[in-house]
Amino acid sequence: MNAALAACVAGLIFAVGLALGGMTLPGKVTAFLDIFGNWDPSLALVMLGAITVHAVLYRVIRRHSSPLFAPTFSTPTRRDLDFRLVGGAALFGVGWGLGGFCPGPAVTSLASGQPSTLIFVAAMLVGMFLYKLVDKAWGQPLAIPPQQEPHFVASTTSAFEGPQDA
Amino acid sequence: MENFTPLASLGGGILIGLSASLLLLCNGKIAGVSGIVGGVLSPTPNDTAWRVLFVVGLFTGGLLFSLFSPQVFTVSISRSTGALILAGLLVGFGTRLGNGCTSGHGVCGMSRFSVRSVVATITLMIAGFATVYIINHLLGGSL
Repeated sequence: MNAALAACVAGLIFAVGLALGGMTLPGKVTAFLDIFGNWDPSLALVMLGAITVHAVLYRVIRRHSSPLFAPTFSTPTRRDLDFRLVGGAALFGVGWGLGGFCPGPAVTSLASGQPSTLIFVAAMLVGMFLYKLVDKAWGQPLAIPPQQEPHFVASTTSAFEGPQDA
Repeated sequence: MENFTPLASLGGGILIGLSASLLLLCNGKIAGVSGIVGGVLSPTPNDTAWRVLFVVGLFTGGLLFSLFSPQVFTVSISRSTGALILAGLLVGFGTRLGNGCTSGHGVCGMSRFSVRSVVATITLMIAGFATVYIINHLLGGSL
């Protein structure tokens, strides 16, 4: 119950931060991305504020052995760079510039009921579902969900090499 | 630069940082919205309720703003339905493929100094800059 309440409150605060910061205005997003035009750097300050606060608090929180209402911390530990990471980020960046929405602000904006927002969110959910299908069709995960990401093990490859002939 | 809103944006960012910290402190989870929503679409036992409730919180926050301050949701850019659909598909597919979005990689990952998140954030920023350059300066600002 406490965990559920905390997640809901976190979502609420997140939405207020996005709306106050200007992230829910597609025109402000594209103005932030228009560095060669009439550039509006406001959204860099959203990132600066968020990263500064979370970088400090992350370290304070991780001094605890576990979260308050869950058995363990589920933080990603992967360190490898692959095509999926870079390719996925690039596709997302194109969509962000094209629509002016990233996932958080899009969900936050749903209640405004504007047709363009509803169309974007519906297409975003379809895109996520398509990923699921492609992921399944390929028979192996294209990307491992954060909470299941294995700790980076340098010796993973050796398991497949087998014993060497003398 | 006439629309520059440094204080509101910095304040909004601080709230986002506090929210991400609250979710980590209480639930041990990363506040990455694409991962949270994606997880609702692929539900697993004991890992879905908090995701749904985070999304409910996001929606409720938006609802409060739309009642009292609807101008924060003004869509002032000119995009066709086709462009919006393509944008949504790219954002949905790309964030799942790349394992994160502006919140998961850009805020949470960057705060942990994660190499993957730094690379992802730089990549998505460059792709965003290039896309808006093409739309605003080569295609006349609408699509």
